[in-house]
Amino acid sequence: MTDTTELVREPQSKPEQKLGLVDCDIHPALSTPGELGPFLPLRWREHVREFGMRSPNPLMGALPYARIGHGMRRDSYPPEGGPPASSLAFMQEQILDPLNIEYGLLHALNAGPSVMNLELGAAVCAAMNDWQIDKWCSKDARLKGGISVPQEDAEASVKEIERWTGDDRFVQLAIVPKSLEPLGRKRYWPIWEAAEAHSLPVGMHSAAYGTHANTGAGWASFYFEEHYSFAHTAQTALISMIFEGVFERFPKLKLVLVEGGFAWLAPLMWRMDREWELRKGEVPMCKRKPSDYVRSNVWLTTQPMEEPTKVKNIAHVLKWLGPDKLMFSTDYPHWDFDHPDRVFKVGLSPEEKQGILRDNAISVYGLN
Amino acid sequence: MGKHVVCRVDEIDIKMGKLVHVEGRDIAVFNLGDRFAAVSNKCPHEGADLCAGKVFGFPEADGPGCYRVSDRLMVRCPWHGWEFDLETGRSYVDPNRVRVKPFDVSVSDGAGLAEGPYQVETFEVETDGKYVIVEV
Repeated sequence: MTDTTELVREPQSKPEQKLGLVDCDIHPALSTPGELGPFLPLRWREHVREFGMRSPNPLMGALPYARIGHGMRRDSYPPEGGPPASSLAFMQEQILDPLNIEYGLLHALNAGPSVMNLELGAAVCAAMNDWQIDKWCSKDARLKGGISVPQEDAEASVKEIERWTGDDRFVQLAIVPKSLEPLGRKRYWPIWEAAEAHSLPVGMHSAAYGTHANTGAGWASFYFEEHYSFAHTAQTALISMIFEGVFERFPKLKLVLVEGGFAWLAPLMWRMDREWELRKGEVPMCKRKPSDYVRSNVWLTTQPMEEPTKVKNIAHVLKWLGPDKLMFSTDYPHWDFDHPDRVFKVGLSPEEKQGILRDNAISVYGLN
Repeated sequence: MGKHVVCRVDEIDIKMGKLVHVEGRDIAVFNLGDRFAAVSNKCPHEGADLCAGKVFGFPEADGPGCYRVSDRLMVRCPWHGWEFDLETGRSYVDPNRVRVKPFDVSVSDGAGLAEGPYQVETFEVETDGKYVIVEV
């Protein structure tokens, strides 16, 4: 295909018969904050009313940074009112039907995993899970949920995972990367054990919320610093899980890094491998080359697509990662949405394209 | 090439856009208050509908604290925020390579339209109305 960066629009062509695809990142929204209420036990409804939901993030009730268009696609507000992606009918009309989405994987972003009151966090996660089924997955079989867990309390997390045993409307765990400790530490191992036992990949979606500031040096000044911090936060989690031996202990565990970028992965593998060769004695629980674990246990989603000035550079990155590591995602309804017809500006073989848009996710998540 | 009647002037609120279809093309028409503008509808970056974008005056600054909003009107893509000049179609960030096609737009009384050379494809023109004409 072309390697030019010329982007002038040609006259419209007839849309081809579209291949079904899997969108690995859709964010369903509450129509109103109170919509979660019916899914919370009375004890916690009263608690929230009297004490609120305290999280370690500054600026309660608001994001720390002003985002482009409030973080939303400007055309994603449902005609009947309410926030973007709060209406199933409009979500169907705007992306599920026209993009021919065979499966849409939900990441129901919520404060449950990071509120400071752990028991409240567990109740919020459970409520979000019931809500995902009630409002979305039970109404449209294309939509698949992610089990939200109060990850700083491993015992409660396992309990929540087991509550959904055998329910194939959930296809993964939803984990927040800005955890209290690096995610390879043993306090999280019961969660990894349960995920492996129940064949649930761990979807680790970048998030503004979490139990720490967004950089190792504290809170950054600007939204775009936060946006890039998603990459090093994902790296921190991945490096920790590899060197602490998580994938050695749970060899069938699947980790999916969502919305953290992907172009950084190859250089990270080179560096981890080299340093591991030099002094692997320090990490005897990491028995194989770090990149081996990436090859066998780790996948990444595409959005926000890396956009080098020379678009053909993406071809090198894809070659380094291999054709089976990437899975397409839109991030609907967020402002940095990627469109499947337009996001790959570099030539891909039909097999590579079908793998990224559909087959890799079908295989990783055991869909169909 | 031809002049096409695409809508009545009161069908588009000020600073809003409307998607129209002319000769197989999707065109975003904007009401700029004192005039209309039209560009190809799909954003060349990832294909969003520019008709749903935000219309705004281009801010210019000579230095810190010294700025003004010019008459130059732009549309900001509803997804990633690419901004296009509504007269030239060129993007602010990469004007030479990333651009949309601008179309000539005019407004005409319905009475004058009966004689042509206008092409009215989709609706009846009333002689007492004012209409937006796009040249394609």
